[in-house]
Amino acid sequence: MLQFYLNDQLVRPTHRAGSTLLDYIRYQQHLTGTKIGCREGDCGACTVLVGELQPASGAVRYQTMTSCLTPLGNAHGRHIVTVEGLGRPDGGLTPVQQAIVAEGGTQCGFCTPGFVVSLTGHCLGGAATAEAARASIDGNICRCTGYKSLERAADQLTAQLLTRDAAPERLAWLMEQGYVPAYFRQMPGRLAELRRATLADVAARTGGQLPDPNAPAVTPPLTYLLGGGTDLLVQRADDVLAAEVQLLYGHQERCFIRAEADGRISLGAATTVEDLRSSELLLSRFPRLRRHLKLVSSTPIRNMATVAGNFVNASPIGDLTIFFLALDARLTLQNAAGQTRQLPLRELYRGYKQLNRQPDEQLVEISFQPPAEGEVFNFEKVSKRTHLDIASVNSAARLRVAEGIIREAHLSAGGVGSTPLYLRRTSEWLAGQPLSADTLREANALAQQEISPISDARGTEQYKRLLLRQLLYAHFLEHFPQQLTLQALL
Amino acid sequence: MHNLDAAGHVRGESQYLDDIPTQRGTLHAAVYGSPLAHGVLDGLNLAAARRAPGVVRILTAEDIPGENQIGGIVPDEPLLAEGHVHFQGQPVALVLAETEAQARAAVKLIEADITPLPVITDPRVAAAQNELIVPPRTFRLGDPAAAWAECAHIIEGTAENGGQEHLYIETQGAYAYPTDGGGVRVHSSTQGPTAVQRHTARVLGLGMHKVEVDVVRLGGGFGGKEDQATTWGALAALAAHVLRKPVKLVLPRHDDLRMTGKRHPYSSDFRLGLSADLKLLAYEVTFYQNAGAAADLSPAVLERTLFHACNTYFVPNVRATAYSCRTNLPPNTAFRGFGGPQGMFVIESAIAQAAEQLGVPAYEIQRRNLLQDGQVFPYGQRVDDCNATQSWQTAEEKFGLEGWQREVDAFNAENHTRKRGLAVMPICFGISFTKTAMNQARALVHIYTDGSVGISTGAVEMGQGVNTKMIQVAARTLGISAKRVRIEATNTTRVANTSPSAASATADLNGKAVELACRELRARLMRHAADELKLEYEGLEIRDEQVLAAGKPAETDWEKLVSSAYWKRVSLTENAHYATPDLWFDQTQEKGHPFAYHVYGTALVQATVDVLRGTYDLDAVRLVHDFGQSFTPGIDRGQIEGGLVQGLGWMTMEELLYNEDGRLLSNALSTYKVPDIYSVPPVLDVEFLETPGHPNAILRAKAVGEPPLMYGLGAYFAIRNAVRAFRPAARPAFSAPITPEKVLLALHGPLLPQPPAPAAAAATVTAQ
Repeated sequence: MLQFYLNDQLVRPTHRAGSTLLDYIRYQQHLTGTKIGCREGDCGACTVLVGELQPASGAVRYQTMTSCLTPLGNAHGRHIVTVEGLGRPDGGLTPVQQAIVAEGGTQCGFCTPGFVVSLTGHCLGGAATAEAARASIDGNICRCTGYKSLERAADQLTAQLLTRDAAPERLAWLMEQGYVPAYFRQMPGRLAELRRATLADVAARTGGQLPDPNAPAVTPPLTYLLGGGTDLLVQRADDVLAAEVQLLYGHQERCFIRAEADGRISLGAATTVEDLRSSELLLSRFPRLRRHLKLVSSTPIRNMATVAGNFVNASPIGDLTIFFLALDARLTLQNAAGQTRQLPLRELYRGYKQLNRQPDEQLVEISFQPPAEGEVFNFEKVSKRTHLDIASVNSAARLRVAEGIIREAHLSAGGVGSTPLYLRRTSEWLAGQPLSADTLREANALAQQEISPISDARGTEQYKRLLLRQLLYAHFLEHFPQQLTLQALL
Repeated sequence: MHNLDAAGHVRGESQYLDDIPTQRGTLHAAVYGSPLAHGVLDGLNLAAARRAPGVVRILTAEDIPGENQIGGIVPDEPLLAEGHVHFQGQPVALVLAETEAQARAAVKLIEADITPLPVITDPRVAAAQNELIVPPRTFRLGDPAAAWAECAHIIEGTAENGGQEHLYIETQGAYAYPTDGGGVRVHSSTQGPTAVQRHTARVLGLGMHKVEVDVVRLGGGFGGKEDQATTWGALAALAAHVLRKPVKLVLPRHDDLRMTGKRHPYSSDFRLGLSADLKLLAYEVTFYQNAGAAADLSPAVLERTLFHACNTYFVPNVRATAYSCRTNLPPNTAFRGFGGPQGMFVIESAIAQAAEQLGVPAYEIQRRNLLQDGQVFPYGQRVDDCNATQSWQTAEEKFGLEGWQREVDAFNAENHTRKRGLAVMPICFGISFTKTAMNQARALVHIYTDGSVGISTGAVEMGQGVNTKMIQVAARTLGISAKRVRIEATNTTRVANTSPSAASATADLNGKAVELACRELRARLMRHAADELKLEYEGLEIRDEQVLAAGKPAETDWEKLVSSAYWKRVSLTENAHYATPDLWFDQTQEKGHPFAYHVYGTALVQATVDVLRGTYDLDAVRLVHDFGQSFTPGIDRGQIEGGLVQGLGWMTMEELLYNEDGRLLSNALSTYKVPDIYSVPPVLDVEFLETPGHPNAILRAKAVGEPPLMYGLGAYFAIRNAVRAFRPAARPAFSAPITPEKVLLALHGPLLPQPPAPAAAAATVTAQ
């Protein structure tokens, strides 16, 4: 049975697991503070908090998500908070609401509940810095205010959160100060109780069970494997609504980041982008990871979007795909019978949106060798808008340079072909070449032969070719500024 | 003073169209739009859609009981296509089903039989084929033909700007249901309730008195719901009327993007003449406006382009001609600035080109040509109470223009991978509807017996804070607390024949009407107090809800006075009408006094370009703005910040792309990008210019809605200057938005051909 807490209320919707949380909130529960702006995760007007019990700590961790792309089934066992669930019973305003009012951070008001929810989520768990406060609302579009008043409101909150961090217990302080209502205190216990009920009941969960390896393969023809929903519910919301779905999001078995004995790192397929971004393990191997992944969508989308989703969506411009192509990631696919096979990510794509994968095969695990000592990794992305946008061209590079010689190079590029590309010939040619402007110019000439960009809404062919050259140069200029200059390259 | 709606907004309690609880039996509508941009509509195959689950009815043009016509200025726009289709997404049929998903699913089953006709998307092509919405118009001042001979420098060129999607976060929509006596009530997300009422009545063949339109508030409008809300209101009303059931029509974002018009793209030719000491002597400009497939508001937008063709500069000899060109795009429409920004972009481009070719900073030319009192606008209005120089000088001193430019130059000398550019953007914007008759408003004020006050006007609240302003006006005029005053939903049965909430004039017009009504009520209550308490009428006033006689508290307060007036049968209701004085315009001469007053200001914009990647950051916008005597500075600052950022977006990342078939390529929020929090400049300073305001402005607080958008133009020129700091030979086309693509190509792509060197008039001595 699908069940979750919606604000202070346990609900048991009988609606389809692939329908959207947004529609349930607005049209079944008449909680109209959650607004519909775009239904594709690009405006944030429908942002809700999704609270999940952390087995280790016993606390509930709240993340923002756009309810337009959240399959109803993904709410299962969780605490969903809308703007109505934050209100003070006396009709007063929470500190987040007060800050927005005081700074004039609302004009037409339509996007405002989304900002309130995002900032409240930040107050629950975010760092007391101006940067973190802004990042918490980077998925919320406001067309009226120009954001400066919202920045001022966020700054007010940052000052208050310093007090929070000095308090003996965060949640108690937040409740005392009225950031969240008192019922939040009961949520860990309530969710723990739900979990116990759910474990007994997992097979009955609406379309939500993990495939049983011992069960016969009876995949209905119209089954969607749903992860975070951030792509399928944009592209095919009507189809998903009508279909049976299998939910992957949040399954512990599919959410992990692990160092293996052989030095490789393994990721569960349902690991989210935000999981990557906050992984100490990954940060230790990719010092620029946070900056790189800040270029990937927005906070709420990163909270939802999974690594596997980015791969199998097969967009020629998928940011994570480009990232992992340069790392030569290896995929583990599992079929309905439970058999697994390994496939290099570089062999996953056959053509535009075509995968080298059987219909019943699921991507369950990803593994890769992180950059070793003496190697550098770089990710570049240029889009019309720097953040929360799809790249015109993106590219990643893994490089090993010693004594002025490029020992090894692995370059990937997105937006310049019908699939995400590993620039094999360019990469192979670069190995053994001196690190020089001439080398890079020749590498570019080769790369230009490997790509076949087309003109579309993200740029003309001419632009994409030029941009790829620039990003190729950027990889080297970023990491070897002593040896190369832009002037020498042009 | 905060926006009084803010508390409801942050609690998620404010009600928008889609939040209205639906009545039992409500049907949901979805629109089938034309798949082709131009063609003969030979037939529709509706059979499969009719059989689809939940479908109740499909309406087409044949089902319209009245006239199939919603054109506002020109009757050239059917509600549902009939005979021909003229743009992709043009409404052809309306599916009514039990759920929204069913209606949407059924739309996909409809097929149209269309014989394609040639598609035009370029306004110059349309003009060449004489596809004009209205005859061209020309504004003239002096004698440019003769003035060229006097010019030391003559600059010629072309400038182009793209359109702009409004991207109100609340999409278009309406909820309609039949009312007693064969009428219909329409809840509409519209800036123009009367337009929805008028056109719905026409479509249904009813009197306007049978169509009630009600608007609580909009989740953003920006001009996009001035005329273009009518289609959806009339469609919902049509279905409700024909089916006698409640009908809801809320556009999914993709439909909204492809079916509605935008800010007009323009392509323009300019010729600018300067004296040796950089005075502007002559300006000729031809505007080709891309109007889309029907007139909508295009002729009025075109007119405002002409009004603002010279921005805030005095040019003694002007000829400005504008063509409104019919193309096969959705009919373009009002958008904050209403043609003004397009006009200003051209003269700023001309000045930038002149500066580059003459090797002087553009601000040297701008500064020398600012408007002064006593000069005349090309449309004949005398320049009075002009703050152009005051705002420029204040900005120059406060922000240290020369020093700032030196810092930018020093940065550029030291840095090779990042380059900075600085631009100054002064503005002058006329306040009033340029159609003189529209400058009228009414207010209906009720004082209830408990002393609370309900006010109805024609103003629509869409985030601009007009309700808060009107509450302030009422509270000040009556001498009572703002807490006692409520602004009612805008409703055509309470206040009729309203002008849309547009032209920055809503607070002025409706606020003045509120002020007049409240003054009359106050005088009436004072006369009653004088009678009751045997006091001198002269010297009676109400302050903080206390009645004062000659400054001393009298034995009554607001509540007692109101109650006592009721029992003495004194009317506690007043209905006032306001019309802006002294406005006129003679279109045969293109001369008159179209504006109540002008708003001025000056912005400085700095941008930094990443030379390697072609991306850029807007570092700072610092501006001085002429608010007059602002009585809601928080709201007014918010209008400046928000308007500016919309302008920055239009100049940088907001790129509308149609292909040659007339299909919108930037058809989702994933492909049409508006500024996010990281796009706005870290520094955004707004300084209030010290001015007395204007008597035609409400409480002398000048209108503030549209003018700030035009500060955004500075971003284009700042980025362009940064590009040229890296590559002085680059002459990027005057083509907005200046996307990262255009920047990268200008930095590293092939060089565009150089414009001809400035032509000096042959054998003439420069006029001094």
